[in-house]
Amino acid sequence: MRHLLAACSMIFCAGAIQAEEIVAALSQNRISITANFDGSEIFLFGAVKRDEQPPVDEQLDVIITIAGPLEPAVVRKKAKRFGIWINTDSFEFTYAPSFYAVASTGPMNKILKGWDDFRHRIGVERMINPVTPPGMVQDERDYIDALVRIRQNQGLYSTTPATVDMSEDTLFVTHIALPANLVEGDYTARIFLVRDGSVVDSHDTTIYVRKVGLERWIYNLANQEPLVYGLLCVLLAVFAGWAASIAFRRA
Amino acid sequence: MQIYLPIAEVSVNAFILLGLGGLVGILSGMFGVGGGFLMTPLLFFIGIPPAVAVATEANQIVAASFSGALAHFRRKTVDLKMGTILLAGGLVGAAGGVQIFAQLKSIGQVDLLVRLCYVVFLGIIGSLMFVESLRAVLRQRKSAKRRKLHQHHWIHGLPIKLKFRTSGLYISAVPPLLVGAAVGVLAAIMGVGGGFIMVPAMIYILGMPTKVVIGTSLFQIIFVTAFTTILHATTNYTVDMALAVLLFLGGVIGAQVGTRIGVRLPAEQLRIFLAMLVIAVCVKLALDLLLTPSELYTIGGRHH
Repeated sequence: MRHLLAACSMIFCAGAIQAEEIVAALSQNRISITANFDGSEIFLFGAVKRDEQPPVDEQLDVIITIAGPLEPAVVRKKAKRFGIWINTDSFEFTYAPSFYAVASTGPMNKILKGWDDFRHRIGVERMINPVTPPGMVQDERDYIDALVRIRQNQGLYSTTPATVDMSEDTLFVTHIALPANLVEGDYTARIFLVRDGSVVDSHDTTIYVRKVGLERWIYNLANQEPLVYGLLCVLLAVFAGWAASIAFRRA
Repeated sequence: MQIYLPIAEVSVNAFILLGLGGLVGILSGMFGVGGGFLMTPLLFFIGIPPAVAVATEANQIVAASFSGALAHFRRKTVDLKMGTILLAGGLVGAAGGVQIFAQLKSIGQVDLLVRLCYVVFLGIIGSLMFVESLRAVLRQRKSAKRRKLHQHHWIHGLPIKLKFRTSGLYISAVPPLLVGAAVGVLAAIMGVGGGFIMVPAMIYILGMPTKVVIGTSLFQIIFVTAFTTILHATTNYTVDMALAVLLFLGGVIGAQVGTRIGVRLPAEQLRIFLAMLVIAVCVKLALDLLLTPSELYTIGGRHH
C-alpha cells in the first residue's frame, strides 16, 4: 500500500512538474551462488529521457540502491558478568535487509531531502524496522548503529557517495560489489532520479540471487528433508571411514 | 580456492579447511586422540559459526571413529556388551545435549556455553597431559610401577549387575550408563567424540582392561556422534555437508601421515607439544571471554 501510494504520488509529481524518465539496465539480473562463489559485481547504467530541455539552474542527481531480502534480526549486546563477557541485552528487528548498498552522485544528506528519503525509504536506516516503536527502548540508537556497523564491516551494507558517474546530466553508470557471504533471495535494484533534493522518477528491477547446482541441492535437502539429509551425512561419513580403513590396511 | 559453504553461508578457503583437517588428522594419527576437541575451536577461529562447527564436527567424528573401530574389530578388542550399555547412556545424553543446545541457541547463549565448556575441558585435559608427558620425559625409560586400580566400593553396591565377558568384569550397568550419558551430552554440546573423558573413566571408574578400552569407546562414539549429527540436522539445521566432506578428506590423509610419523618419532615425548597446543587453544578461547571485545554487539537471527 505504501509503495503504491509512493508510486502514485511520484507519477503525479513527475507528470505535473516535468517529464524526466529513467531508462536503465543492469549487467546481470541473475547471480548464481556456486560452490566457488567469491562475490560478484553488478554494473548499472542508464540515461535520463526527457521531452524538453532541462532547467539549467537545478541540481540533478542519481541514487542507486540494491537491497537483499528482508529478514528478521536480533542484535545482542555483551556485558561483563562474573568476570567474563556474555550476551546480556538484546534488541529485535522485525526486518532488516540482509544486504544493502547505496551509491549516489554525491553525499546523501546534500542531495536528498529528509522527507523524500523517508517516503522512498532510500537511506539504509529507512530499511531497518525495529520491533518496538521508536523511543520505547532507551539505547535503541546504539543497537541500530551496531547492526549497520557490523554489516558494513562484513561488506553487507555500504553507502558510497560519489560512486555514480553522471555525464551531461543524462548518462549515468555505477558498479556495486556483492560480497562472497551473500544470502540467496530476490534483490531489488532501485534507481532514483533526484532534482534539487526531490525524487522525480524511479525505476525498479529484481536481481535473482540463487544457489545453484550442488549448493542448491544441499541447502534444499537440509531444510526440506532434514532427516534424510542427516542420514545421508552419516552415510557419507561411514563411507569415508570405511575407505580410510581400507587404505590403512593396504599401507 | 574459495569455497562457499551452503549451510554455514560463508565463503572460506578450501585449502585452509583441508590443511586444518590434515593437521588435526596428523595429530590424531600420532597420538591416538580423536581430534574433535582441537578441530571445533579451530573452526571457530576461521569464522565458521559455532553452531555449524559443533554439528559438522560431530559428523566428521563419525568417519574418524568408524575407520578406527574397524581396525579394533579386526583385532577383536571391542567389548560389544559394554559398548552397547555405554551407547544406551550416550543416546540419552546426546538427546538431552541437543535440547540444551537448541534452547540456549534461541536465547543467544549457545556460543557462551560451547566456549565455556571448551575452556574448562581443554584447560583440564591440557594441563593433565602436560604434567603427564613432562613426567614421562623426565623419567625417560625408568619404568614406573603401575598403581593398582582403586576399587570403588559404591560401584559394587549398585543394582543391575551384569557380566562383561570381553572385559572380564561383573559390575552394575549403572556406572557405564552414566559415563555414556555424560559423554553423550559433551558430544552434542562440544562436537567431540568424548574419548578423552570416556577412556580414563573406563579405566579408572569401570576398571576395564586397557586393551579393550579404545575399541569399545570408538564403538560407542560412532553411534553417539551419528545420532548427534542427525539430531543437529533435524533440530538446528546446522550440519554442513560440504564442510564435513572437506574435513573427512583432510582428516583421512592426515591420519595416515600421522600414524607413519608416530612410528618413527618418540610420540611419548612429542605429546608435550600436543599438550601445549591444547593449552594454547584454551588460552585463546579464555581470552576471548575475558578481554573486552572490540565489538560488543553481535547479530543473531535466521538459523545461526
